[in-house]
Amino acid sequence: MSQSISKLHQILSTGEFAVTSECGPPRGANKNVILKKAELLKGKVHAVNVTDNQTAIVRMSSISACIHLLNTGLEPVMQMVVRDRNRIALQSDILGAYSHGIRNILCLSGDHQTFGSQPDALNVFDIDSMNLIRTVKDMRDEGKDMSGFALDDPPRMFIGAAANPFADPFDYRVIRLGKKINAGADFIQTQCIYNIDRFKAWMHMAQEEGLTEKVYILGGVTPLKSAAMAKYMKNKVAGMDVPDALIQRMSSVPKEKASEEGINICIETIQQLREIKGVHGVHIMAIEWEEKVAEIVRGAGLIK
Amino acid sequence: MIVGEQKPIPEIMKTIEPYKKLLILGCGTCVKTCFAGGEDEVATLASALRLACKQQDKEIQIQEVTVERQCENEFIKEAANAVKENEAVLSLACGAGVQAIVRLFPKSPVLPGINTTFIGIQESHGVFIEECQGCGNCGLATFGGICPVTRCSKKLLNGPCGGSKDGKCEVSKDIDCAWQLIIDRLKTLGQLDNLKKYIPPKNWRTSISGGPRKLIREDHII
Ligand code: SF4
Repeated sequence: MSQSISKLHQILSTGEFAVTSECGPPRGANKNVILKKAELLKGKVHAVNVTDNQTAIVRMSSISACIHLLNTGLEPVMQMVVRDRNRIALQSDILGAYSHGIRNILCLSGDHQTFGSQPDALNVFDIDSMNLIRTVKDMRDEGKDMSGFALDDPPRMFIGAAANPFADPFDYRVIRLGKKINAGADFIQTQCIYNIDRFKAWMHMAQEEGLTEKVYILGGVTPLKSAAMAKYMKNKVAGMDVPDALIQRMSSVPKEKASEEGINICIETIQQLREIKGVHGVHIMAIEWEEKVAEIVRGAGLIK
Repeated sequence: MIVGEQKPIPEIMKTIEPYKKLLILGCGTCVKTCFAGGEDEVATLASALRLACKQQDKEIQIQEVTVERQCENEFIKEAANAVKENEAVLSLACGAGVQAIVRLFPKSPVLPGINTTFIGIQESHGVFIEECQGCGNCGLATFGGICPVTRCSKKLLNGPCGGSKDGKCEVSKDIDCAWQLIIDRLKTLGQLDNLKKYIPPKNWRTSISGGPRKLIREDHII
């Protein structure tokens, strides 16, 4: 890919430390929610992920919220999960998204619907996230859809995938990363990093396999608001690893200072991430706390 | 085996409401093994229904019959007289058994007495677990003999999602993560390389997705 596909691609390919963040669409059709979040993030980050019915709760579609962001001049990363749509709908939405100017996609499995507000729903999982990555790549590089049909103006997407260095089985996590890269992932956004040692161990393994040369890795961070949130993340959120020392640190400060401490931890983590070879950027997930992204970005000295 | 579970009595009471002469028809194969529809369960259910009817001042005559296999005509025919003598059949067989009765006795109302749950095995005494979805395109050879289509909550074919923790699935601590099992087993078999293989999108045409399935064995057609 000699020519940059998206602004995010361009930032990463020139070696600049990329900063992405997240925007959750509203549980309603109010586009002002998106516009407000966009206002908070504009000029602070290079691109903004738009979640796709995260935690299996019905929200405005990722694709339409991405279009609202585009209209404000922000660059979206459209998240796409394979939980709710079969291969026909997925491909169709990729074509539609591209036609609207969406240039980044993050291919995900999606949280299981039993976590959400409509656990009685039927899930789809026609293809998995690995297949979705390959599909987007084939559309871009071969110009064909899954049936082999040559597309009129094939979508050229910068393809992202997720990686969770903290889930089990640990040894397998790097194999899976390699598989995603082979399938076509150009960039990776990781699960929230609280256990930096484990993250380093994973990065080390990835480097030994030569994977960090083949993909841009953005480390995920989420600022903690309180000790209670830290505990909740540790115990209730699937695939999260929050060390006890961190929970203690959050508990050791007075309640009213807790969120400040959370921001400090987040900034320190970003600084540590910048020192790790093979880390190309940071993905700041401050869900419903978008106003703090600017502070974190400034604190970590990321975007002037 | 096909695993099933008896429906709650109040639900059964509602469906048998219009009838005064009822045949409870058990099946001596799968549903007997999972304690849902064999001879013993037929007897217990019959007593429970008689009692419930009595309490509601409802008049009822219940006949109890169990055949060897309710999904095969040869065995169902043994119950032909009993079916004809009653106003309705409450079948304790799986959904296939219920519909086999429907095919053979077009004039008799046939009511399901159990919920057919899955194709599975008895993991430990009294604990049944789903093992197969009947997708019509078996890939067990690739996955060390553990089926991700059935046992992974997201049907993932290319490895575990980010929710796998301590061998358990993100959906519930009571569910083993299929991918942990697959990886452990491939390790044992020395086939870890299978994990690196890209598994292309599954062809679901052979599954229920392709429409109700029919299998024709030319060599057995008379
Ligand atoms: S935790 Fe394991 S079984 Fe559950 S959805 Fe993820 S990979 Fe599948």
